[in-house]
Amino acid sequence: MPVISYREALRHAMAEELDRDPNVVIMGEEVAQFNGAYKVTEGLLEKYGPKRVIDTPISEAGFVGLGIGASMLGVRPVMELMFWSFSYVAFDQIFNNAASIRYMSGGLINLPIVIRGPANGGTAVGATHSHSPENFIANTPGLKVVCPATPYDAKGLMKAAIRDNDPVYVMENTILYNDKGEVPDEDYIIPLGKADVKREGTDLTIIAHGRAVLTALKAAEILQAEHDVSAEVVDLRSIRPLDVDTILKSVAKTHRVLLVEENKPFCGVGAQISHLIQSEAFDELDAPIKRVSALDAPAIYSMPLEKLQLPDPQRVVRAALSVG
Amino acid sequence: MAALAKHPVNARLTAADKLRMYRDMVRIRRFEERSVQVYQKGKIGGFLHLYIGQEAVAMGTVSLLGEHDHIITAYRDHGHALAVGMSMNECMAELEGKVTGCSKGKGGSMHFFAPDKRYWGGHGIVGGQIPLGTGLAFALKFKGLKGCCLAFMGDGAVNQGAVHEAYNLAALWNLPIVFIIENNKYSMGTSQERSSAGEPLAKRAEGYDMAWDMCNGNILYEVREKAAAAIKRAHEESKPTLLEIFTYRYRGHSMSDPDQTYRDKQEIADYRENKDPITLFQKCLQAENVLDEATLAKIDEEARAEADASAKFADESPFPTPESILQDIYWEEDNRTPKTNSEGRMFFEGLDS
Repeated sequence: MPVISYREALRHAMAEELDRDPNVVIMGEEVAQFNGAYKVTEGLLEKYGPKRVIDTPISEAGFVGLGIGASMLGVRPVMELMFWSFSYVAFDQIFNNAASIRYMSGGLINLPIVIRGPANGGTAVGATHSHSPENFIANTPGLKVVCPATPYDAKGLMKAAIRDNDPVYVMENTILYNDKGEVPDEDYIIPLGKADVKREGTDLTIIAHGRAVLTALKAAEILQAEHDVSAEVVDLRSIRPLDVDTILKSVAKTHRVLLVEENKPFCGVGAQISHLIQSEAFDELDAPIKRVSALDAPAIYSMPLEKLQLPDPQRVVRAALSVG
Repeated sequence: MAALAKHPVNARLTAADKLRMYRDMVRIRRFEERSVQVYQKGKIGGFLHLYIGQEAVAMGTVSLLGEHDHIITAYRDHGHALAVGMSMNECMAELEGKVTGCSKGKGGSMHFFAPDKRYWGGHGIVGGQIPLGTGLAFALKFKGLKGCCLAFMGDGAVNQGAVHEAYNLAALWNLPIVFIIENNKYSMGTSQERSSAGEPLAKRAEGYDMAWDMCNGNILYEVREKAAAAIKRAHEESKPTLLEIFTYRYRGHSMSDPDQTYRDKQEIADYRENKDPITLFQKCLQAENVLDEATLAKIDEEARAEADASAKFADESPFPTPESILQDIYWEEDNRTPKTNSEGRMFFEGLDS
């Protein structure tokens, strides 16, 4: 099986969907001539031309609103935000219009849009560039959000997102773009709402999404090698819709839960997962649920401190060992 | 008025066409007036933004729409809705939040939609609909269709950043859109003088090398003439226009506006007596011998009766079921097939929680 990067996996997904459906259009800042700020869309302009791969001016509210409006007539825009932090510039379009128009029309309209881009800290880009708003999206009925952690998941989820007839927002990660993994050549889809057990274990369930999954997997290795603790790592992959069955099945197996996420804690995804587990599987728990998230401050610039601010394997191991 | 009647876009109108436009303006007026009574009885919640006084703007523009022309507007949307052919019944039922409403009671006054009539709402956030309209125009061009989007906004929307972003995109990408400012002089309680630097508002188009124009929105023929030129520019050159149409509303911003502090009663009276668009068109058609007293009376009587019937229809219609709260949110949930690529839990609090 070919081994490609997360970046290439996203690119292949977009190219295959551009081939498959003439209504698909890639749009965003620097996606075409510059080949993408992070080279995700490299080569697409050359292959598909300026009608399918479009450079936009810096006007997120304008071009995202344009994409939403175009989707009402059947265009399927895949819109890049150079950073998901820039979504706040277009909050009304991204979180209000995209989520509400179907409902307010009584189901007469649907908006088959995709918005994608990096949603991560850890790269010293400072407080206003480092957000990961999957929790805001998940709080909004009408929207869907996925967070791929591996190249295989990135391609399958991106294709599902593009084919989905509702707004699907894809949280990528600049640090993951170079990661390599096995990705089939042939067409495949990962359905939204399906988690993946990335590592089986018996003593503890670690639930994570995005880059925190890789951090959790490193912590699981340390836990096994140095502490004889067998941790199961559940990669949510999809936040909304959410694979509650896989979560509860793992909790019933291990009876101990640690939640890990790179977002800040208050009303982060972990808060919702924690409520769900204690509400629907209380009797399965042998100990309170613990959680590791970003330290609760704006993303700091100074590099060694930013590393401390985000979950790292050592902090996850300490938290795992503290689960009663 | 006679000169405007001779303009090709008006000269081609038959007597039946003219009567139909006149009748639809009267219908809009009577519907709005009837909705005031329904609101005062407590059957309409939230906001009700009335189009009374602005009828010629919706009528004049919508009467020009062809099979690939689309429209989108803000929340003062009942006039546009009726002009494109939505029924009084579905509109009044929507105002009362009934399941027989055009949005099944889920949208309300600010959110009337009729995709089958190429009418895309009905939007509550000031200016938020303008990038959407720019997208409709983009889609028409993308699909190679000879059509345009008429995207309406009020004088209060012109300072929203999203509107400027849309102007830039439309001019930069040569999109077939007509941005229409329905300037009724007041953005809620704030006059144009207190809101906007630089006038006329449409002149801002020059900053984007975009064509612009202005017109008197009380004269139906003039609205048609100016809008037709902009639509032609969109159809034939795929270029945008910013068209400022001067109009007036007799009622407050909404039913919640006491309308006591920000404008002169004399100004309102002057419009009613001297500039009412329906009265002006009525006199025009009478001068053209297209409208006689009997027809005039009949049109008014039928419009009132239709509005009364719509209120009765709305009153007698049921509310949506509680289950419907969780429907019409996701297309994939409402249309599940074995091919649906969406599993897992979609909702986290339902009626049975």
